[in-house]
Amino acid sequence: MIVADRKPLAEILKNIEPYKKVLILGCGECVTVCMTGGDKEARETALALSIARKKANNPVEVKSHTVERQCEPEYLESARHLVEEADVVVSLACGVGIQNMNQYYADKRTLPGVNTTFMGMPVEQGVWTENCLGCGNCVLDETMGICPIARCSKSMLNGPCGGSQNGKCEVSKDTECAWHLIVERMMKFNKLEALQEVKEPKDWSTSHHGGPRKMIREDVRL
Amino acid sequence: MTKSNLQKVLESGAFAVTGELGPPKSGQRDVIEQHASHLKGYVDSVNITDCQTAIVRTSSIATGRILLDMGIEPNIQMTVRDRNRIAIQADVLGAAALGIKNILCLQGDHATLGNEPKAKNVNDLDSMNLISALKKMRDEQEFIGGDKMDAPIDIYIGAVANPFADPFEYRPYRLAKKIAAGADFIQTQVIFDMERFERYMERVRELGLHKKVHIIAGITPLKSVGAARYMQNNVAGMLVPDHIIDRMRKAKDKKAEGVNIAVEMIEHLKTIEGVAGVHIMAVAWEEIVPEIVTRAGLYPRPKFD
Repeated sequence: MIVADRKPLAEILKNIEPYKKVLILGCGECVTVCMTGGDKEARETALALSIARKKANNPVEVKSHTVERQCEPEYLESARHLVEEADVVVSLACGVGIQNMNQYYADKRTLPGVNTTFMGMPVEQGVWTENCLGCGNCVLDETMGICPIARCSKSMLNGPCGGSQNGKCEVSKDTECAWHLIVERMMKFNKLEALQEVKEPKDWSTSHHGGPRKMIREDVRL
Repeated sequence: MTKSNLQKVLESGAFAVTGELGPPKSGQRDVIEQHASHLKGYVDSVNITDCQTAIVRTSSIATGRILLDMGIEPNIQMTVRDRNRIAIQADVLGAAALGIKNILCLQGDHATLGNEPKAKNVNDLDSMNLISALKKMRDEQEFIGGDKMDAPIDIYIGAVANPFADPFEYRPYRLAKKIAAGADFIQTQVIFDMERFERYMERVRELGLHKKVHIIAGITPLKSVGAARYMQNNVAGMLVPDHIIDRMRKAKDKKAEGVNIAVEMIEHLKTIEGVAGVHIMAVAWEEIVPEIVTRAGLYPRPKFD
């Protein structure tokens, strides 16, 4: 899923300062599952903003609504009347949803209410980790299903580096060394010899480094 | 091909001695010259760190040229942290044009550990890719992408090994991989845990790796108990055993004890089969190097015409 973190309330307040009617728009997908931008969080954010503005003697009308999926245009139509009556929209969806809103309702500004952080998964209640960078050239078949691009701090293809100690990364004792995990799993499957191959420099052109990406599937185009 | 002094020493079979210099956080040539002057004649080559611990400092290549002007052979450290393959290969050519022959390939400490924690970590290549790239440039006159160079370059390729990082059992295999990638010589992380280093070397010998590459063992003279503790707790991939910290704590003259430990360790390293030399990292304490080298029986250094 795409994981996001709500922006500090103060930042959202600063961004909506000139506006009198605000719509907080949640999304029913990833941000609901990571408890950042679903219907519950949209309601809470709306309430918190209206209380803060009241205290600041600058009352605001804040409504909240949640669409099923902000990242696809067809799901946005259901919010039309609420979007049109608002001065500004604050989206609690990921960066994809926020951009989709700005494009679909081009006459209205939609501001980000979250910081989109990563593609990842929950590992325990309240904890999510990053697992994929979407590099466009998956190596999970070579690394026992553990991604060194996303999970190694240095995105090494020939790890681990010298900073790996007790299974932890030099960047933080809270971060597992992905290469330590890979080596352990290679040993478990008796595949350590596979690590002896010197991996060539990665082709980053399939990732964002090759420029913004677009996928075209002629077989499914209308 | 013109060989570097370090290559000549290692190939002669003499026990090599290398030093290390950390460039300043300034553009003061005289500061570099002052620190480097202590090492002249006492080491075969001087490593110049490349923004070590991700702290911005004078560039290693520029510092290396200053050392060449002083008649000291540099060993340029090059990390993959701050430059992509275009910049790295351009810098290798630039270093060669300036007369630099030894290049040590490193990954580089993560930028979040340094003084520009908001920096973008490049890591286009990894340290292994850098070794392969240098070998390809030297032996095939070809860039990573396959384009041909206009003329060959003389470089002696170094790599690092950390016998104290984990997973311990994998470390000798990683060394083998660096040799396969093209490393001519290896410099190790600072050794304090001699027992673990012995076990590492035993495995290295079983794999026959010591016959394929020159392994130079890392040493740092301790100045204080605090320095030992700091390294144990804050330097990525470093182990300082309690008995070393105890010995420093009990000593009246901490610096003298630090030097004693370093000299004893060098004496010990000289007896380990497969250790081809010692790399003395006395950054900001370069003036102690002549004493260590002399007391360890490694002075004068071999000379070649």
